[in-house]
Amino acid sequence: MDLIAETISHRFDALDVLHDVSFTVGAGEVVAIVGPSGCGKSTLLSILGGLLQPTAGRALLRGAPPPGSLNPLTFVFQDFALLPWASVAENVAFPLLHTSQSALQRAAAVDDALGRTRLLDFRAVFPKQLSGGMRQRVGIARALVVRPAILLMDEPLSALDSQTRELLMEDFVDLLADGTMGAVYVTHNLEEAVRLADRIVVLSRRPGRIRKVVSVPVKRRERDEASVRTQLLELQNELWSLIRTEAIDAEREVQHA
Amino acid sequence: MLDRATGEAVRTTDGATTRPVRFRGGGFTPAASRWAGLLALAAALGLWQLIGSLALVNPLFLPTPLGILRALFRLAESGALWQHVSVSLLRILSGWALGTASGIAVGFAIGLWRIARSVGITFVSALFPIPKIAVLPLLILWLGIGEQPKIATIALGVFFSTTISVYSGVDAVPRNLIRMAQSFDVPFATIVRKVIWPGALPSILAGFRITASVALMLVVSAEMIGAETGIGTFVLQAGNLMQTDQLMAGILMLSLFGLAVGRLISMLEARLLHWR
Repeated sequence: MDLIAETISHRFDALDVLHDVSFTVGAGEVVAIVGPSGCGKSTLLSILGGLLQPTAGRALLRGAPPPGSLNPLTFVFQDFALLPWASVAENVAFPLLHTSQSALQRAAAVDDALGRTRLLDFRAVFPKQLSGGMRQRVGIARALVVRPAILLMDEPLSALDSQTRELLMEDFVDLLADGTMGAVYVTHNLEEAVRLADRIVVLSRRPGRIRKVVSVPVKRRERDEASVRTQLLELQNELWSLIRTEAIDAEREVQHA
Repeated sequence: MLDRATGEAVRTTDGATTRPVRFRGGGFTPAASRWAGLLALAAALGLWQLIGSLALVNPLFLPTPLGILRALFRLAESGALWQHVSVSLLRILSGWALGTASGIAVGFAIGLWRIARSVGITFVSALFPIPKIAVLPLLILWLGIGEQPKIATIALGVFFSTTISVYSGVDAVPRNLIRMAQSFDVPFATIVRKVIWPGALPSILAGFRITASVALMLVVSAEMIGAETGIGTFVLQAGNLMQTDQLMAGILMLSLFGLAVGRLISMLEARLLHWR
């Protein structure tokens, strides 16, 4: 199943946020969206996931979702968005409550998702008892339980410390390894984008337009190898040179706002 | 550099002096000691009893704690206590339940729907500040002189506070949780039941604390204005007859009721809000 952004523009009252953004996320593909602060990355993701209606343009799905997918477009949120009154297992089961699955099927799906995120031992624990990294793991398990076709990840690692980020990035690489699940990965961290994405969409400062779409020429599995580090670093520098001036301008704009 | 470190200076082997860094991080974490509170209460009661026993104050103006307990015991023995308490309790429970149920329904409507919000907030803002006891004569005119006007007065007082606490609670539910639920296509009713209700519960339970006090105040006021039985009537009659020990016994009953309700709500909070 493909996800298509078709000439999407968006305004918040007088504020022009996005302008004429078009691209396609193919089945199993990981597309990162980067750009300076306030360029509309998260707004674009909300539009793609149906949580916000664009002022112009539209988000389209092409092709059938994978068999058994209960929610083809599934978000992983920056702030985890866990129900604080529900245990880990209850949080993961939450998206299944309104489905026609039996209690037995639900329990099996929750166990599978908890197992894939190494949370089986924490099923009865409440979110407040977990570290930030573990909370995001619960968010990922909750996303996996509905067997999505495309994950919509809104800066999923930005609230975490660098060690936890590294560990979760390894998890993301594993989860996306077999190509059955695609992702749109919004981030301000170029290293994450280069590490995870097949293609990187670079947005200009507000109103966000596509400045460039860059392909990462190394297979995701091989990106940890020393032989490709220089190549990836060069790509990261190239992306930074595309963004740097606008990032400085955007920061000044925020300071003067 | 401003050196505010205090403590004993120590000379080390290399000739330099060292001082311990002064601890500056204490305070601002008050933890109530249960025993200190009980001890203070016992001391106050002891002092009160002593003042009465030494006849420093006329017992007509201030009966002793033991005198009040004796009066309470006599009232319990005669059956008058239960008669007054049960009538008041019934009025409080009926009025509170009525006001709470309607307040929760209206509060949720205001919190969830635009039209209900526009209309509801206007009415609540206009009517909430009216002292509800002032409406009692009107309610007697409308509903007669039986139990209904008293229960309606309590229900009115409880309704407005509950409505406000419920829609404030609904407003305070983090929007990201609602968006999360919507992103999974969770139906509206399930979002209300599984996200908004538990999210608003802390505010709703805090509202219960307030409405319990409101109900207690209104029942006493309503009974003082127009009733033949009830704690309010009893306290007023005891005051008129200068039976201060019985008057204080009635006040003690009200205080115990308030404490019991507070304890009940604390237990509810501990059970329902254990995740906080």
